[in-house]
Amino acid sequence: MDASERAEKSSELRSYLIGFGLAVLLTAIAFGAVLVGEWPRATVRWIIAGTAVVQVIVHFRFFLHIDLSKSKSDDLQLILFSFLILAMMVGGTIWILANLQARMM
Amino acid sequence: MSEFSLKHPGINLGANDPEAHEAAEEVVFGFWVFLMSDLILFSLLFATFVTMIDATAGGPGGKELFDPRSVAAETGVLLASSFTFGMASIAMKYRSNRGVLLLWLAVTLLLGLTFLGLELHDFISMIGKGAGPDRSGFLSAFFALVGMHGLHVTAGSIWIVVMMVQTLVFGLSADVKIRILRLGLFWHFLDIIWVGIFSVVYLRALA
Repeated sequence: MDASERAEKSSELRSYLIGFGLAVLLTAIAFGAVLVGEWPRATVRWIIAGTAVVQVIVHFRFFLHIDLSKSKSDDLQLILFSFLILAMMVGGTIWILANLQARMM
Repeated sequence: MSEFSLKHPGINLGANDPEAHEAAEEVVFGFWVFLMSDLILFSLLFATFVTMIDATAGGPGGKELFDPRSVAAETGVLLASSFTFGMASIAMKYRSNRGVLLLWLAVTLLLGLTFLGLELHDFISMIGKGAGPDRSGFLSAFFALVGMHGLHVTAGSIWIVVMMVQTLVFGLSADVKIRILRLGLFWHFLDIIWVGIFSVVYLRALA
């Protein structure tokens, strides 16, 4: 193993360690907010939602190695397009059915 | 840094195996298309779950049923398994002793099976309390969503065993390496789905 390979290996190892550390931290914040049990429910739910979104990005970046570099732009576009479609399908479903439920009350 | 350009997300084999590196680009992109269609399946189960969240039909809701310690244990085990799979990928890429790769895969498999054991224990205790999937719309949607993730982890665990056997029988040929790359993407992807499950299903109910 030459020097450049060793440098590459340690940088990839560091990437997994950073990702793992951030994921543990974000998970701990979300669980901590629930287990403290003193904050208003809406605040806790916003904390859960926020940490979940950041954690998904952390997983994509550090475990699946998706970033903004050119070689990954196909995959990034595929992922972003899938998320766009899903946001419409999931958001639309929840919106319509919540509205229907409210009217049935 | 190597002079090989990065071809796809995930660990690139690069200069360590130029032949497999070239061959990986297409199949890995194809595998991403599969992952995104799998994501659609999960998203619609999430949508179903959210619309059913109050449909408890007088039965127990999430707050009475979910045990935060069990969820925390499952989350920790699955997150650790994602990290150990990363170590397996690194061992494979840098031509470590084949035993090192097999060891990390075995640790990942063990963590995956621990996760499944904890989840099965949860399911059985819920059904024992009369909160099976037939109790209410909420519980049907819960078992469909969380059970689907559990089935995926089961499939991933079987795949890990298959890749360990292939590594032993065929050695680390280009084909075997590219299969392990895709298994890695699948495994990390399941952890992302779990982030959604513990946030939307468990923590939201317990908050």
